[in-house]
Amino acid sequence: MKNSEPMTIPPDGRTEAEQPRWRQDFPIDWPEDHYVARRDFTKFMVLTSLAFTVGQFWILAQNFLRKRRGEMPIRQIATIEQLRVGGALTFGYPGEKERCVLVRSDEKTFVAFSQECTHLSCAVVPQPEKGCFLCPCHEGSFDLVTGRPTAGPPRRPLARVKLEVRQGAVYATGMEGTTA
Amino acid sequence: MKKSFTREQRQTIIYGILCIVIIIVILQLWLLTATMNAYLGGDETIIWPAALVSLVCLGLNLGLLRYLYAMERR
Repeated sequence: MKNSEPMTIPPDGRTEAEQPRWRQDFPIDWPEDHYVARRDFTKFMVLTSLAFTVGQFWILAQNFLRKRRGEMPIRQIATIEQLRVGGALTFGYPGEKERCVLVRSDEKTFVAFSQECTHLSCAVVPQPEKGCFLCPCHEGSFDLVTGRPTAGPPRRPLARVKLEVRQGAVYATGMEGTTA
Repeated sequence: MKKSFTREQRQTIIYGILCIVIIIVILQLWLLTATMNAYLGGDETIIWPAALVSLVCLGLNLGLLRYLYAMERR
């Protein structure tokens, strides 16, 4: 760095020779100080940029892993007799920890969704009489048949569980990331 | 031989570079949140393009930072 240019004028406006000894011994080059501060801030912002790029590739890796998980298991959830019209039943799918809820909306229609609210992952509660799933945490609401958000903060639909009804029983056969 | 800049010129240059870097970082933040939202919603189509665009943004930022250090060495 070339420092042939004059340094900052002292705050009292007097010449450099007239300054007290301490200021002559420890002069502060303010323009240089500002320059270094902004350069370091630029460096910090570039590091932030690196972090965001790493985040993007993390999403890419998660998506790759999600695809590699392969086929979901086929599992019997309930028999038709177990669930009356307007009734609901919770179950774990694909693992026991991933809670889902099965609802019988009419005589022949069964729907099942992940119980995780798409806002902040609270458990949604089915309310078949109102035709919705309600999230009690922030008053979010989802349509009972499509899983689409109808009120409150959630913007994405509930993850749908693919169902098959055969031989008097309801089977879960897979998950759909979205019902959009 | 490349011309070295005066202090005032360097100040102006660093302010310009800092503005561009901040704009790019804000763009990357928006891109990350939009991609995460799409990924959680099951939409996989934008994940690859968004990652590439973010990489290009990082390349631009690194290029600008490299220019700053190169300017100081003159």
